[in-house]
Amino acid sequence: MKLSGADILMECLLEQDVDTIFGYPGGTILNVYDALVKYRGRINHYLTAHEQGASHAADGYARSTGKVGVAFATSGPGATNLTTGVATAYMDSSPVVFISCNVAENLIGKDSFQEVDSTGIMLPITKSNFQVTDVNKLADTVRKAFAIARSGRPGPVFIDILKNVTAEMAEYEFIPRREHKAAGAIRSLYERSLADFKVPAIDEEDIDKLVEMINESEKPMLICGGGVVRARAHKEFNEFSNLVDAPTAITVMGGGGMQGRNPHTTGMIGMHGSQASNIACDNCDLLIAVGCRFSDRVALDPQSFAKQAKIVHIDIDRSEINKNIMTDHHIIGDAKDVLRMLNERLTQQEHTEWKNFVFSYPTETVYEEGGDTLTPKQVCDTIARLVPQDTIVATDVGQHQMWAIQHFHFDYPGQLITSGGFGTMGFGLGAAIGAKVGNPDKMVIHVAGDGSFRMNCNELCTEQYYNIPVITFIFDNRTLGMVRQWQNLIYKKNFSETTLDRGPDFVKLAEAYGLHGWRVNNQKDLEKAILEAMDCGEGCVIDCMLDIDEMVRPMVGGGSHITDFMKI
Amino acid sequence: MDNMNDVKRQTLAMLVDNEPGVLSQIARLFSRKGYNIEAFAAGPTENPGVTRITIDVMADAPHTELLCNQLRKIYPVHSVKWLNAESSIYRELMLVKVRAETSERRNDVMQLANIFRAQIIDVSLQTLTLGISGDADKLSGLENILREFDILEIARTGVVAMERGTATINDESKERGEFSYGKNVL
Repeated sequence: MKLSGADILMECLLEQDVDTIFGYPGGTILNVYDALVKYRGRINHYLTAHEQGASHAADGYARSTGKVGVAFATSGPGATNLTTGVATAYMDSSPVVFISCNVAENLIGKDSFQEVDSTGIMLPITKSNFQVTDVNKLADTVRKAFAIARSGRPGPVFIDILKNVTAEMAEYEFIPRREHKAAGAIRSLYERSLADFKVPAIDEEDIDKLVEMINESEKPMLICGGGVVRARAHKEFNEFSNLVDAPTAITVMGGGGMQGRNPHTTGMIGMHGSQASNIACDNCDLLIAVGCRFSDRVALDPQSFAKQAKIVHIDIDRSEINKNIMTDHHIIGDAKDVLRMLNERLTQQEHTEWKNFVFSYPTETVYEEGGDTLTPKQVCDTIARLVPQDTIVATDVGQHQMWAIQHFHFDYPGQLITSGGFGTMGFGLGAAIGAKVGNPDKMVIHVAGDGSFRMNCNELCTEQYYNIPVITFIFDNRTLGMVRQWQNLIYKKNFSETTLDRGPDFVKLAEAYGLHGWRVNNQKDLEKAILEAMDCGEGCVIDCMLDIDEMVRPMVGGGSHITDFMKI
Repeated sequence: MDNMNDVKRQTLAMLVDNEPGVLSQIARLFSRKGYNIEAFAAGPTENPGVTRITIDVMADAPHTELLCNQLRKIYPVHSVKWLNAESSIYRELMLVKVRAETSERRNDVMQLANIFRAQIIDVSLQTLTLGISGDADKLSGLENILREFDILEIARTGVVAMERGTATINDESKERGEFSYGKNVL
């Protein structure tokens, strides 16, 4: 069947079961948008306010559904506007295929209108990227891009298609996804490293060695990282935690990998980790980290991190081993498979005394209530009490993000959607929209700070137009809270350029977008607003007033020993 | 014994897909991690579509290992070998053009060339161009001696290297399997 490049792209998306795209049209991608009309109903396109919003929406869609997200953009500024979203997805290993079109072949390299070396720009922030200059290679490239995005350690892949390629005709043959591994480019990827098309086996000796280490350990501790979430290995991880009977901390990306109410949970670890987590880490004799890369926010001081412990690293990506922390043992494999193998071989351990020691320290921070503002815990607890338990929480970046992870209990992968690695302010609204589109039956809330919300609040129009009922909670302290916290603690209260004593009025802003808004400063009003927001079934903004000097507690300074809690 | 943390010249050999953008991807990785490429050589291999690259970089052992690991993660990179100086052979080609305007000068240069087993590749009445291949020390040795004359131009290919004996860059190992696992597209 002879099809145009644009049609081939659409057919390839259907091969991948893609039914949702977020994007923004423009000059060079016009052929693709022209073709999109023919596929309406099978492929739904969501027009965002800005390409960055589209990039975060595709990311949020991917994280919450486990499927590959797709975002479209045009050349030049379209592609560069995607970059923040691409880097966000890259740092958090989220499978998204970003597709942009570039100027036609005869204009490439001439500094043409809206021309930019987009594959060059995307190079350090994608798992792999391709420029398609030949329509005969388009289908193969798209198949390869999706395979790479979703396999191994997932990540974003960028495809740049020249405009003339989208118009040129080529022979296209439908190949079902399960047969892609035998087709074209993907086949070569297999054959290169593997004699046959099988998933390589996990090393049994490595597994047995860890089982032995667990049996010998008296004070084991587990860390649940983003790898558990990406592998959707939450059931296996919970079972593992129960079998080892170990205190278990989560990283920011690990939220949802461990059941929030499992009695082994010590909460978050690291800079804003709970006392229980950080003290356990400092005292354990065996630390098993699953799908976690020991970032500088977790292993604050690599030299003294878990210094009494043998450190075991389970990861799918071999290049993470010994990158930030020197480990004593590692197992390479998908978290789900590794944990399943471990669980089969493990006998029930018991570490009551060790657990009693760890859980004598608090796993959550208590805030003093009262006054004319809300406390972070109050907001989180009130929300948690009123919304369904499986509500998806998308956050922006800053204090509110830490509070959300500290005080909400996440039970399954994809329930917490947050920019952990790249720390992208303005991520949340787009991500929440993507999550809601991917999970129409679940409630989705967006937790934001006033600073983060102001960055990309333009996506409220997307929410309104497509009737995507996301409830935004702004933790409004009229300041860039996290930066102010550092200024408070480290910069002698020199509040340089962090005070946001300015508009807009978020309630009026919501109304201007045709949505609903409330401003609340006490629990009763908050409850009322939440109930009304849930009832109205439309996009809402609830502006929760917090004290300007409220801090995320506890806190350990960057590079400090993990139990050197600051006096706050 | 060498200290692990001594910064010295390390040689990495790798097989990569011969595709546009791959070289820049690899070069970017070095600059992104804060390393300068001291020497770089790339050329075809026995497999069409696969290029072999040899890169020299100044680094200590742990960081060289990290660089190798990051390289192995790049999709178009098939395999990476960190070559051990004792068990590998190194060769580089150098062309040197020196000014030699008198027959006396020319004779001097030719004698030196003989000692180093360099070849006279091109002659003009004003210049001699020598070609020499060998390891980096031999090339630098000739270069230093020729400094006494007037060197007009030097071109070096960058080192290519290979292990001695039966070992090859394609040898399977547990570690290689571990890297392949993460890149598997099933």
